[in-house]
Amino acid sequence: MSAPDTADTTELSALLGKPWRKPAFVQRTWLRWTLILGFAAYLVAAYLTIEINWSRVYEGLERGKQFVLAFTNPDFVTRSGDIYAGMVESIIMTVAASVVGIAISIPIALGAARNVAPLPVYLICRSIIAVSRALQEIIVAILLVAIFGFGPLAGFLTLSFATIGFLAKLLAEDIESMDRVQAEAIRASGARWSQWINYGVQPQVMPRLIGLSIYRIDINFRESAILGLVGAGGIGATLNTSFDRYEYDTAAAILILIILVVMALEYLSGIIRARVQ
Amino acid sequence: MLRLEKLVKTYKTGDQALKAVTLDIPEGQVLALIGPSGAGKSTLIRCINRLVQPTSGTVHLGDVELTGLSSGALRRERRRMGMIFQEYALVERLTVMENVLSGRLGYVPFWRSFLRRFPQTDVDEAYRLLDRVGLAHMADKRADELSGGQRQRVGICRALIQDPALLLVDEPTASLDPKTSRQIMRLICELCKERGLAAIINIHDVALAQMFVQRVIGLRSGAVEFDGPPEGLTPDVLTSIYGAEDWEATIEKVDDEDEAAV
Repeated sequence: MSAPDTADTTELSALLGKPWRKPAFVQRTWLRWTLILGFAAYLVAAYLTIEINWSRVYEGLERGKQFVLAFTNPDFVTRSGDIYAGMVESIIMTVAASVVGIAISIPIALGAARNVAPLPVYLICRSIIAVSRALQEIIVAILLVAIFGFGPLAGFLTLSFATIGFLAKLLAEDIESMDRVQAEAIRASGARWSQWINYGVQPQVMPRLIGLSIYRIDINFRESAILGLVGAGGIGATLNTSFDRYEYDTAAAILILIILVVMALEYLSGIIRARVQ
Repeated sequence: MLRLEKLVKTYKTGDQALKAVTLDIPEGQVLALIGPSGAGKSTLIRCINRLVQPTSGTVHLGDVELTGLSSGALRRERRRMGMIFQEYALVERLTVMENVLSGRLGYVPFWRSFLRRFPQTDVDEAYRLLDRVGLAHMADKRADELSGGQRQRVGICRALIQDPALLLVDEPTASLDPKTSRQIMRLICELCKERGLAAIINIHDVALAQMFVQRVIGLRSGAVEFDGPPEGLTPDVLTSIYGAEDWEATIEKVDDEDEAAV
C-alpha cells in the first residue's frame, strides 16, 4: 500500500538473517522438558511393574502349541449339529439386535446433536449414550443373564443396548459437523421440523449412518461370540463348551467360521459403502 | 411491500451487526445491498426471514409483522420469501428435482415430502422452471454433479417455486466466474421483472450491481450510508461506504464493460 517508512525497515533488518523455528506447542521451556521427561520416567516405571514369570510362560507354550496345531486339523464334523445351531442363534441375535439398536439410535442421535435438539433433550440423550457406553457388553450381559436366564434373549438385549451407545454417539457427531447452510436453505423455504430433518439433515448423514450400521453389525456378530462365555447364547456358548471339554479341534473349527463370517461382512460393507457415497 | 423499522441485531459477543436500519421496499423493486465484509449485509437479509433472530425493531411483509410470529405462522410467511444463497446451498446428495421441490415443503404435508409424492402441479411447475433456466434435462442428476453456475440456477428455481413475493439473495455470484456472474444476475433480474417480485441482493461487486438494479443501499458497520440510484455511486460515496481507495478505475471500467456487453 503505502511506501515503507523507517520504522518498518529497521524492524525487518532485525529479522533478516535470523533462523526460523515453528513455535513450540508448550511455550515455556522448563514446562516442556518436565512434561517430556516425566512421561518417559512414568513409562519406564510402569513397564518395570509388569511381572513376568518365565517358567510359567515356558509351560504355557506347550498348551499354546496344541491350540495352534488344532487349527491345522479343525473338526467341523463331530459337533456339527451344535456348531450349526450356535451359528444360527448368533446370526439371529446379531440381525435382531442390530435392527432394534439402530432404530432406537437414530432418534437418540438427533436428540444428542446440539445443532438439532434443544438443551434439555440434548442432555437426556447424551446421558443415555454415556450410560450405554460406560457399561461394557460383558457386564450388561452378566446382569441380563441374571434377569432373563441363560440363552439368546439376554444376548439380544445386550447387543441392542450396546448398539445404541455406539451408533447414537458417532451419528450425533456427524450431525453436528454437517454443512449448516444446506440445512438452513431448507428451513428458509418454510419447511416444518420433520421435513427439515428429512431434506436438510438426512441426506448429509446417510452415508455415515449406513457405514456405521454395517460396522456395528460386524461388531455385534463378533460380540455374540464373546457373550456366549457368560451364558448369553449364540456361537460363543458352543465355543465355550468346546474349550471346557478340551476339544481344541472343534474350537478351531468355530473360530475359523467366525473369521470367515467377519471377512464376508467386511467385503460386503466395502461394496455397500462404495455404492452409497 | 417490505418495511424494516429500526431493525437492530446485537450478537451474543456484543457485536452490533445492525444499528437501527429503516428501509422501505415497494412492490417489484430490485435492490442491491453493498458494503464491506462485516457490514451486516447477510445479517440484514437473515433477519427478514428470521434465520437470524433480530434483537429489536419490526419487519412488515405486506400487512404481516414478522418479528413477533409464532413458529407455525413464521413458516407460512417464509413461503412468501424465496432465498438464494452464496454457495448455492443445494442439498448435495439430493437430485436436482428434489432440490427444486424442496421449495414446496412449506405447502405439502410431511408424508408427501417424505415419500416424494408431490402434487402434479408442483412437479409441472418444477419442470417449467428448470426449463426456463435451461436445466430440464438435468432433473434427475445429483446436485453435486452440476457446475457452479448450474447449481445457482437450481437454487433460483428452488426459491421461485415457493411462489414468493420477495426474493432474498445473499451474494449470488461470490463463487462464480465473471461471465457466469453476469448471466446469473441477469437471470435473477429478468425473473423478478417477469413475476413482479421485489428482491434484496447482497453483492460485493459494485460494478455488477450498477449494471442490473434500480436502487442501491450502501451499508457500513450496520447502518445505511447510501440509498439511491446506481448512478449516484460516485467515488466520494464509495469512499464513505468502503474507505479510501482509487475508485475512478472501478467506475470507468463499468462503463466500458457495459458498452461491450450491449
